[in-house]
Amino acid sequence: MSRIAAFIFRRKGGNGWHWTDIVTWIWLVGGLLIMFGPAVWLVGSSFKSPAALAEFPPTLLPYVTQKVTVEGYDKPLYLYDATLPDGSKAVLAEVRRIGIISQMVDPEKPREIIKVNIAQRTPVRTMAFATTNYTEPFIHFDFVRYLWNSVFVTVTATLITLVVNSMAAFALSKYEFRGRAVAMLLILATLMVPLSVIMVPLYSIVSALGLFNNLWGVILPTVATPTGVFILRQYMLTIPDELIDAARMDKASEWQIYWRIVLPLTAPALAVLAIFSVVWRWNDFLWPLIVLSRKELYTLQVGLSIYSGELNVQWHFILAMTVVTMIPVVLVFIFLQRFITTGIAGTGLK
Amino acid sequence: MKAETPKSTGSGFGEAIMVPVRLAMGLVDAPLRWVQRKFGLGGMAAFFLLPNMLIFGIFVLLPFFINFAYSMTGGTALFLDDRTFVGTDQYTRLFDCSNYLDPNSCTEDTFWTAVGNTAWFVVLQVTLMILFSLVTALILNRELTARSFWRAVFFFPVLLSPVVVGLIWKWILQRQGLLNFGLYGFGFQPYTWLNDRNWAFAATVGVSIWAHMGFYTLILLAGLQAIPKDLYEAAEMDGTRPARAFWRITLPLLMPNLLVVIVLVLIRAVQIFDEVYVLTGGGPGTSTLYLTQYIYETGFATQLRNPGLAAAASILMGGVLIVLTLIQLGLGRSSEKKGSRK
Repeated sequence: MSRIAAFIFRRKGGNGWHWTDIVTWIWLVGGLLIMFGPAVWLVGSSFKSPAALAEFPPTLLPYVTQKVTVEGYDKPLYLYDATLPDGSKAVLAEVRRIGIISQMVDPEKPREIIKVNIAQRTPVRTMAFATTNYTEPFIHFDFVRYLWNSVFVTVTATLITLVVNSMAAFALSKYEFRGRAVAMLLILATLMVPLSVIMVPLYSIVSALGLFNNLWGVILPTVATPTGVFILRQYMLTIPDELIDAARMDKASEWQIYWRIVLPLTAPALAVLAIFSVVWRWNDFLWPLIVLSRKELYTLQVGLSIYSGELNVQWHFILAMTVVTMIPVVLVFIFLQRFITTGIAGTGLK
Repeated sequence: MKAETPKSTGSGFGEAIMVPVRLAMGLVDAPLRWVQRKFGLGGMAAFFLLPNMLIFGIFVLLPFFINFAYSMTGGTALFLDDRTFVGTDQYTRLFDCSNYLDPNSCTEDTFWTAVGNTAWFVVLQVTLMILFSLVTALILNRELTARSFWRAVFFFPVLLSPVVVGLIWKWILQRQGLLNFGLYGFGFQPYTWLNDRNWAFAATVGVSIWAHMGFYTLILLAGLQAIPKDLYEAAEMDGTRPARAFWRITLPLLMPNLLVVIVLVLIRAVQIFDEVYVLTGGGPGTSTLYLTQYIYETGFATQLRNPGLAAAASILMGGVLIVLTLIQLGLGRSSEKKGSRK
């Protein structure tokens, strides 16, 4: 143990602790708590029953009050550890509560009602994971539909993005033609036109094309990403032109050169763009919110925000659905985080 | 003849997926060979560029230009030809104020409230974001065990969707939430933070920093790691104190990256919408109503929607963003030049 500690806290010089080392560790451990804590708290809460969610102060782990069926009562009753007026302790079931007095029965002797002050009883609780929070939305809500819509939008948009952007990047990196500079400039210019600026006219165009309330209306405006063209073009510029000239000598067509030579060699950049695209499209919110107004077309993000904005929020379902929505992104984070971080550090683009 | 072995022998599943793809690509090849014969290499270049340009044209450039026409029209009709021309009325309406510092004196008071809120938000968020991500980058640049782990820790929220971010914090800041639980331990009574105008505003600033600082930390860290180590060794040999080394070596050499990050943060802060919409919905009242939400609600969501007014407001915001983007591109260009001169 101490060896591990020595390894973690080892310092270059080996000479004592400087105040900056203390600040560093406070910052890092604090960062760990603040960055992961909220998400972990959400996941923990998603397994709690509605009753447990409503209580304050909350517990760290999901607990439920135990119930017991007592002869002579239709509904199961809650169990309590009660201290009786004579000072003895017993496990009793609550029949009803009147003011500060709780009327209780011993499950073994259901006839006899015992009156206990509510301050003298504590619920008998066991840990229980409310998995119905997860199963219910799948059965009774349109959750499966939202999930499917999100998956469809993400996968389709990513595939089209990869094809369309790589074709454009190929043209811009491997051909000399008039207007290449103009094309580059146009793509650059689109960086300056974010969705929030053009959403009103874009909505009218998408409607005119008949794509309002259509998942393709969500997909198509997003697929020609300038970022994607830049990443791919930058990478394709490093592919030697001799390779392409050699293929031309061998009578390969331009299309064959594109997809049999250039695309396989661009695989690392395509992978980075694919990861980015999946995260972007999965997380898109404002545009789907505008284009999709029919419930059965909502993506997960839109569905979640609509349900959570309702007057009577069913937090136990919202929390569970949020966790499900987080899963793909968390998987990307765990397995592909390295690609993304190097991708960002390399291009400075997001 | 020896059979060619493909470089990447993927799994059987991968191979199976590739079969129809290969088939499709082969089928496309024949007509494209004809195109190539007919129009030459230049024609092929145009062909490769076409899909991307078409999508850009329809979904980015066209709306960009239509936006100006839109902002000159009135009414609630969707399509441009059904709308009535009103000239600069929408702009006049936006700017109709007796005192620009007091939103209540304006015809379009929500617009000016949104402008004021956004201005405060941008100032606070950008300052704090730069501060936090710079400190984090400096700390991650020290001699650390498991640096990539710590880098990942701060990067984690960047990938989360804004809706999830909004919901996570809505859950924490609500009455039975984690924050009240923590404060309860110190004897504070539970408080509904998001119903308080000032706390709700602070929450939008804090949450957006939480969600995005990892991204900027990463860029700044890359900049820090590009600074040659021997500079610090030389400084140490000369007996330079660390604080002085920071002001004289680190900061000047990091400046190009820092400026790019500042402009990036600015551009995104001006457009803030998603997280805030889920977290506070612009409330309580209009205390966290920012520009994008104003445009969205004016254009789509309210009963008396007015797309022309929304378009005019979005053009004003677009103007600010274009200036910022041009600055960013200029900065990127100049830092690239410096890099290549080395």
